[in-house]
Amino acid sequence: MEWQTYMMAFLVGGAICVVAQLILDFTNFTPGHVLSAFVVAGGILGGLGLYDKLVQIAGAGATMPISSFGNALVKGAMAEAERNGVIGVLTGMFELTSTGITAAIIFGFLTALVFNPEG
Amino acid sequence: MSRDPKKKPLTVDQKRYSELVNELVPKPLYLRNAIMAFVFGGVVCIIGQFFTDLYKISFKLSSTEAGNPAVATMIFLGALLTGLGLFDKIARYGGAGLSVPVTGFANSVVASALEFKREGLVFGVGSKMFMLAGSVITFGVVTAFVIGLIYAIFIL
Repeated sequence: MEWQTYMMAFLVGGAICVVAQLILDFTNFTPGHVLSAFVVAGGILGGLGLYDKLVQIAGAGATMPISSFGNALVKGAMAEAERNGVIGVLTGMFELTSTGITAAIIFGFLTALVFNPEG
Repeated sequence: MSRDPKKKPLTVDQKRYSELVNELVPKPLYLRNAIMAFVFGGVVCIIGQFFTDLYKISFKLSSTEAGNPAVATMIFLGALLTGLGLFDKIARYGGAGLSVPVTGFANSVVASALEFKREGLVFGVGSKMFMLAGSVITFGVVTAFVIGLIYAIFIL
């Protein structure tokens, strides 16, 4: 745990968010479009093996943005494909992203039970 | 606004009106928004890095393994802030700095779930929860499927 890790997380994470903000401000795309595009971009970078290099450099600066979701999907599919061939693409898809999706469903459901919409 | 060129040319009044509209419609504060997104996004990632290191040390995990509970923690925080009604207030300043990290994913899930709560637990919360976040999952999976297939067939 060194301060350089935190500085890189701040710089890279912030930079990814700035790209999204600029796309939102200068075009008519909605956040849904931009986030979907980021996931696709993360998946492509993951397939090329580049996203892992970014994670090595930036740590949470690369794992926290939604693009890492695309990367994790691709990595899960590719790792299982190495073991089980084409079938592995199906079985390995959610191997690494299960945490994120499960957490989103569980916490989303519980929050919806506990809280009420405003207004 | 682009006008159909076949239509009649604008009258003087219409021209003045559209000039007036262009002046009055608020322009996004590009620089301010970009700086805020950078700072908020960076801070969210620093918090994520803190949890990654925390789990790494307390459970003796590798950096990659520690990323998973850290992401879950950030999703929990995003969900909680949304439930408390604070997420939108922070996101008003942070913009994409809050919606691009996984906190934004959690926010879209919880916001949809809460919005449709009055339609019941099954058809409201259960079905509509992924109304916004669903596209992220769909496009992520389609991308990963195509890339995985190319990898399995042509590269392995």
